[in-house]
Amino acid sequence: MSDVEEAITRAHHDEWARVVAALTRRFGDLDIAEEAAAEAFTTAVERWPADGLPPNPGAWLTTTANHKAIDRIRRENKRDDKHREAQMLHDNTPLEPLGAIDDDRLRLIFTCCHPALAVEARVALTLRMVGGLTVPEIARAFLVQGTTMERRITRAKAKIKAARIPYRMPSAEDLPARVSGVLAVLFLVFNEGYLASGPDTDPVRHDLTTEAIRLTRLIRTLLPQDGEVAGLLALMLLTEARRPARVSAGGELVPLAEQDRGAWDAELIAEGHRLVRERLTAAAAGVAPGRYQILAAINAVHTSARDIRDTDWSQVLALYDQLVRLDPSPIIALNRAIAVAELDGPEVALAIVDRLAEALAGYHAYHATRADLLRRLGQSQQSRPAYDRAIELAGNTGETAYLTRRRDQLH
Amino acid sequence: MRYLVSVIDDKSNPGSTDRQPAISAFNERLIAEGYWVFSGGLADTDAATVIDNRGEQAVFSDGPFVESKEYLAGVWVWEAPDLDVALKLAAEASKVCDRKIEVRPFQ
Repeated sequence: MSDVEEAITRAHHDEWARVVAALTRRFGDLDIAEEAAAEAFTTAVERWPADGLPPNPGAWLTTTANHKAIDRIRRENKRDDKHREAQMLHDNTPLEPLGAIDDDRLRLIFTCCHPALAVEARVALTLRMVGGLTVPEIARAFLVQGTTMERRITRAKAKIKAARIPYRMPSAEDLPARVSGVLAVLFLVFNEGYLASGPDTDPVRHDLTTEAIRLTRLIRTLLPQDGEVAGLLALMLLTEARRPARVSAGGELVPLAEQDRGAWDAELIAEGHRLVRERLTAAAAGVAPGRYQILAAINAVHTSARDIRDTDWSQVLALYDQLVRLDPSPIIALNRAIAVAELDGPEVALAIVDRLAEALAGYHAYHATRADLLRRLGQSQQSRPAYDRAIELAGNTGETAYLTRRRDQLH
Repeated sequence: MRYLVSVIDDKSNPGSTDRQPAISAFNERLIAEGYWVFSGGLADTDAATVIDNRGEQAVFSDGPFVESKEYLAGVWVWEAPDLDVALKLAAEASKVCDRKIEVRPFQ
């Protein structure tokens, strides 16, 4: 890649959200902002190689995008200015200090992740408007047709306009719930990358995990005091750190116990551990941690052990106990049972898992966990159908391959 | 921005019938705070009549235009600066009415 190409890629990473956010604020219209930002980057691709890099690429892009937007509005105003004006997004609130940094990019994120939008629309809109991914890229990531994804994004933008979803920071009172909505969107993007679904997909979608981490880093910059933002970032980093060891050469998922820990990314682990320590200090000072912080702490325990046998399982279990109090969902109870198996043996864990049968009948990990516990107890007869069911339900190619091998190894 | 706020009841699982005093108090607050434009509770869907005069002559049919378990039990029209304000009020309205609420913007 040439220096100019590299600079354009970097500018796209660093400046896309800022340009879209600033234009949305100025023109009150996501469509105009998105299109003008895209045109400005196209112009950069055409001009920078010949003209050389502008001294301040961000400012150049914003100015160029502004001109593009004004051109478009002039063109359209000739047609139907009344109509357009009536549909502008408005920010009626007086500017008030909120305690949080009021950055246009945060407004953009909160608008894209608004609870009145369907979850898949929030994901798509966030990746397009904040992440700067193209519509075909997002469509590929979620295995849908480009036209379907285009419609999804268009529909979401139309609802924002028609229902007047505001472009502003949520009130201080609503902020925690809204931040948690944003984090849920980012976690969903990360998880789709981490455990990609679909029969023809690679087991790990590095593009999606990377994008989720990049956007979470951005939110961390904008909301540095938020413990759950730090928690989610740490959780993603500590999970991503294990990626090099997570899939075998044959495309099979490698469980934690069998991973080559030397292949883990030490730098990501160090960064994740720093964030977890920061939150532990806050917790010691009396700030109760949320679920991402606890999940990050569990991952910190795992990534601190040089060998699976060095894992501090009682610490893992204590953290799961804390998590269950916060979120008594059967999925958490299932993961807790895995720690119980290490401390009290597979029989005790199996009794816990069996109680989750009804709630998790359709969840592949439930059957995979049962199969594994039964296998460890030497009950091959019962283990086999559990593996069968897990294989049937698992959407991830690497996981299916792993489970199939394990089943076929049963005596 | 005007929003049509619909109160949705469920024939198989209706909301409680003692909500009127709470709804009146809520309406007074909506008026005092400048959100209220219109409100009204509706008679049962059995009392509805559908008229179709697109053809040669008007055809009347007894009952609502669509038969469903869930039906419109009442409406508000609110004036609110944006959807966040409308949704916050709607969340209160749902508690006050003990029913689901749909918020839909006017064009």
